[in-house]
Amino acid sequence: MRSLERLTPVALTALLLAIWEIACRATHVPAYFLPPPSAVAVALWQNLPVLAQAAWRTLSVALAALVIASLVAQGLALLVGLHPLLERAVRPLASVIQVTPVIAIAPLVLIWAGIDHPERAIVALAVLVAFFPIFSGAVTGLRSADPDLERLFDLYGASRPQRLFRLRLPSAVPFLLEGHKVGAGLAIIGAVVAEFGAGSGGVRGLAWQILDAGNKLQTDRMIAALAVLGVMGVAFHAGLEAVERAGLRWWRGR
Amino acid sequence: MSVARLEGVEVRYGDRGPALGPFSLDVGEGEIVALVGPSGCGKSTALRLLAGLEAPTSGAVERGPGRGETSVVFQAATLAPWLSARANAALPLELAGMKAAQAATLADAALGRVGLAGAERARPAQLSGGMAMRVSLARALVTEPRLLLLDEPFAALDEITRRALADDVLKLWAASRPAIIFVTHNVEEAVYMASRVVVMTPGPGRTAGEVSVAGEAPRPAGFRTTEQFRSLVEQVSGLLSAGGAA
Repeated sequence: MRSLERLTPVALTALLLAIWEIACRATHVPAYFLPPPSAVAVALWQNLPVLAQAAWRTLSVALAALVIASLVAQGLALLVGLHPLLERAVRPLASVIQVTPVIAIAPLVLIWAGIDHPERAIVALAVLVAFFPIFSGAVTGLRSADPDLERLFDLYGASRPQRLFRLRLPSAVPFLLEGHKVGAGLAIIGAVVAEFGAGSGGVRGLAWQILDAGNKLQTDRMIAALAVLGVMGVAFHAGLEAVERAGLRWWRGR
Repeated sequence: MSVARLEGVEVRYGDRGPALGPFSLDVGEGEIVALVGPSGCGKSTALRLLAGLEAPTSGAVERGPGRGETSVVFQAATLAPWLSARANAALPLELAGMKAAQAATLADAALGRVGLAGAERARPAQLSGGMAMRVSLARALVTEPRLLLLDEPFAALDEITRRALADDVLKLWAASRPAIIFVTHNVEEAVYMASRVVVMTPGPGRTAGEVSVAGEAPRPAGFRTTEQFRSLVEQVSGLLSAGGAA
């Protein structure tokens, strides 16, 4: 039963690919418009080294952005946690960053980063996207301690640092894990979108591969790059889920 | 000798109206007092006043015990899930600045007293509800408190576990005789454990009456079946319904 459950999505994918292949051959649709999966597979195979390198570029941008966003968001959350007034001041600004589409900010950030350093702009944009879920999780987490545990800390006359390091930070761990998982996923999306924003002049990541192939009407290469992006996203997400599960197991002790 | 005293205290929370009082209570050294009353009568509020966690809107609170001499056990075990049983029990000592090694030794001793020797390294998620409650009790006892406040400590447990824990609390009490004030809405539990049962009216709670329970603690076997126990339970129930609790 379990193996059957695991096989169904594979079977469905195979079925859809087969329909696609047959439809392409039957209708003689031009290859530049819609290449059959077999042509995409060939393009994937031929461009694999280039695509893998591009994928790694995009992934490393996302990872760098995640690290920076994590440090900034958690530092700011700790600062904001010192006083409710600070939080009230920062919240709306953080929300503005969250709701503004990254593609709209991209041109401005590209100018600021300078024409010679589009990679800096792309990292900065990915940081901007990954920031909010981590910040939001940290702020919520720092306030999520059991109120009765807070009362016990009152009762035993805990100092401010004791309360922060022995109660609020450890209580925030599940929220931090969740925030980083969401933030990491968004960092990839942010990196790809920012690459599109940077256009052809920029960093040769996966988005650039898609743009470049599109300009040359190499539709099979476009789809191959998309497939690599999809696989990378799925693998990255699975890795993050595993990290979150392991983190929670460590935190909870089972 | 009074350990803690409430003198005509009233508590109001904003525009939600009065929550407690006027209410007076005087708890002597080594006494076990049960506060019984319907939900929402302000029992837990009274307990927080006695703990010094809250100040009354009016009236006076006098507390004998200094910092670290009062312990509270809540309705839920309220353990830190990221800490082992030992670290949870050692927490009050470490917050007071005791060296970790010494605190761990005392925590292990406290866990032993509540029957949890061998479970020192377990995390709360690995413990049953009753065991988690025992860790919570060990954390309360580790500071050798003069005043022990229990806020419906067994409400979430099954009948067999709560009876076993009631006996254990009385045994632990006999060892160091702290003053115990505990809140419950279980009349039988109140009569079984307390030397004095204070019955409260529906909120804002006042004293509806008091019943003294004679006899030794820990209770002898079969105490629940004695004529004395039955009639005291009836008396407390009578005061509850006279106070207006349905």
